[in-house]
Amino acid sequence: MSTTAVHGLWTVAAGPVDRIPAPHIEYAQLAPTLIVVGAAVLGVLVEAFVPRKARYHTQVFLAFAALASAFAAVVALAGAGYASGKAQVAAMGALAVDGPALFLQGTILLASVVAVFTFAERHLDPKAHGNRVDSFAAQAASVPGSDSEKAAVKAGFTTTEVFPLALFAVSGMLIFPAANDLLMLFIALEVFSLPLYLLCALARRQRLMSQEAAVKYFLLGAFSSAFLLFGIALLYGYAGSVSYAAIADVVDGTVARMDPALAASTGNDALLLIGGALVLMGLLFKVGAVPFHMWTPDVYQGAPTPVTGFMAAATKVAAFGALLRLLYVVLPGLRWDWRPVMWGVAIVTMLAGAVIAVTQTDVKRLLAYSSIAHAGFILAGVIATSKQGVSSVLFYLAAYSFVTIGAFAVVTLVRDAGGEATHLSKWAGLGRRSPLTAAVFAVFLLAFAGIPLTSGFSGKFAVFAAAAEGGAAPLVVVGVISSAIAAFFYIRVIVLMFFSEPKADGPTVAVPSFLTTSTIAVGVVVTVALGVFPQYFLDLAGQASTFVR
Amino acid sequence: MNPVNYLYLAALLFTIGAAGVLIRRNAIVLFMCIELMLNACNLAFVTFSRMHGNLDGQIIAFFTMVVAAAEVVVGLAIIVSLFRTRHSASVDDASLMKL
Repeated sequence: MSTTAVHGLWTVAAGPVDRIPAPHIEYAQLAPTLIVVGAAVLGVLVEAFVPRKARYHTQVFLAFAALASAFAAVVALAGAGYASGKAQVAAMGALAVDGPALFLQGTILLASVVAVFTFAERHLDPKAHGNRVDSFAAQAASVPGSDSEKAAVKAGFTTTEVFPLALFAVSGMLIFPAANDLLMLFIALEVFSLPLYLLCALARRQRLMSQEAAVKYFLLGAFSSAFLLFGIALLYGYAGSVSYAAIADVVDGTVARMDPALAASTGNDALLLIGGALVLMGLLFKVGAVPFHMWTPDVYQGAPTPVTGFMAAATKVAAFGALLRLLYVVLPGLRWDWRPVMWGVAIVTMLAGAVIAVTQTDVKRLLAYSSIAHAGFILAGVIATSKQGVSSVLFYLAAYSFVTIGAFAVVTLVRDAGGEATHLSKWAGLGRRSPLTAAVFAVFLLAFAGIPLTSGFSGKFAVFAAAAEGGAAPLVVVGVISSAIAAFFYIRVIVLMFFSEPKADGPTVAVPSFLTTSTIAVGVVVTVALGVFPQYFLDLAGQASTFVR
Repeated sequence: MNPVNYLYLAALLFTIGAAGVLIRRNAIVLFMCIELMLNACNLAFVTFSRMHGNLDGQIIAFFTMVVAAAEVVVGLAIIVSLFRTRHSASVDDASLMKL
């Protein structure tokens, strides 16, 4: 045997390596997400290089420009037909560009624009040492009440990092409803969750509560995402792929597209059922459905109110988008198994949210429980398993997000010496002190309650109609009953504001700058417009209700 | 060895982690238990990858590691700030908002 032959046993000639083909990415179709990610990275650079004085204005402008241009990109894509005829799967099967994805991305972007306005508000808190301050801690790293915190306040520091953090969160939320494989789903979940955990910890007032909220949100969020990941592992074990279409093929038993070599090691139903349940659990946690709702009231109460509004609206939209896609694209073949479970979850969520909300005395906790009840109503639409179900959920999410951001923006206005006065007893007689603020809040509460001529009514009607047509009539009955319970406590707040005597040491209503004013104005306009002329938007949601696979 | 055994091990590690999160009271220990759960997921991914003979699972394991690292950055920042405020990392002490 020659020497080279012997060496050949453990060496190989360094020949030209076969080129690995580069993945084909459709940058134009992913533009909305890419713009927001790019702006977020730029925002980090702004923090590093722009002088402190100029950072706030730079960041606000950058965030607004990015969100607005990303929304323009979504509209352009929808106009080019990607929402209907040209819907396709982009980025090597990782992301879907279709009607529901574009509709929800548009909703998230618009909601984020108005939420960023409330982030940027600097006229509510009294001036600290001559500097206008926003709702965020002067310096997050300094211990509350310590000398370093006082020094940071005196120096006029502000946490302008909130804007890039919010942009990172938005980018994750844009990917979440469009994710077309389970890996993308998990990464998007983490990308939007991690900045939110940090944002929760950054309140200027009541920092102990804010930090506590962040710890609770972080630990429970990480716990639930570990369940989601294990579910993904099991589904990968079941199907031999994490792509939605491939898993759906294995579920349906049409494995034509699959590698025949995989056929021996896939198709174990135990893996499918447990994996599907764990992934659903992770998503229901983000949605805030009972029994995974425990974090919601504490986090909503402790987080800075602008962040609460942003989180309550945009996270819910993104999470329901992902839930819809999972149930309608990956697991439609399993609907006889998941529908009973989701029935139970929806019923418990609607009832528990409405009943517990009745006992609340803090306005932020009240809105948190009301958001749980609304998650239940939206789940009723999800269960319909029809095109109408999808469109009604899309419409409901769009309507709900603006009401929520508007309501939390009003909460930031009502203040006393300790910051925001969130205890309900302090809201007594607000209608006499400040009729406009109270009237606006009443409009939002009526929309939450689902009174006709508000967006809440159109949304609830669409969702319940879809559920009834989808064979879930008992669910509609439970929904209407819990709406009635919920209406009780919304009306109670209205009565409290308008028909009780204001207290002598009651809170004052701060005069906001045009930022918060425009947030609230947009909220009111959308609420009324979607209530009075819902048809155009229902049609829009109807056109956008077909998933690509 | 039969690769299925690794799946049992992964499930066991995951359960230990989940039980730890529910039982232990120190935020850092809770966090370590969550990391244990993520690593159990990784083990399941690479085992399935070996069983199916494709590389998807191994790639996902790398992504999970990066995510876990990012989670450590954010999580420790939050837990340390809580500890510096309260001089305690117990999750039972953080009960300002309990009803």
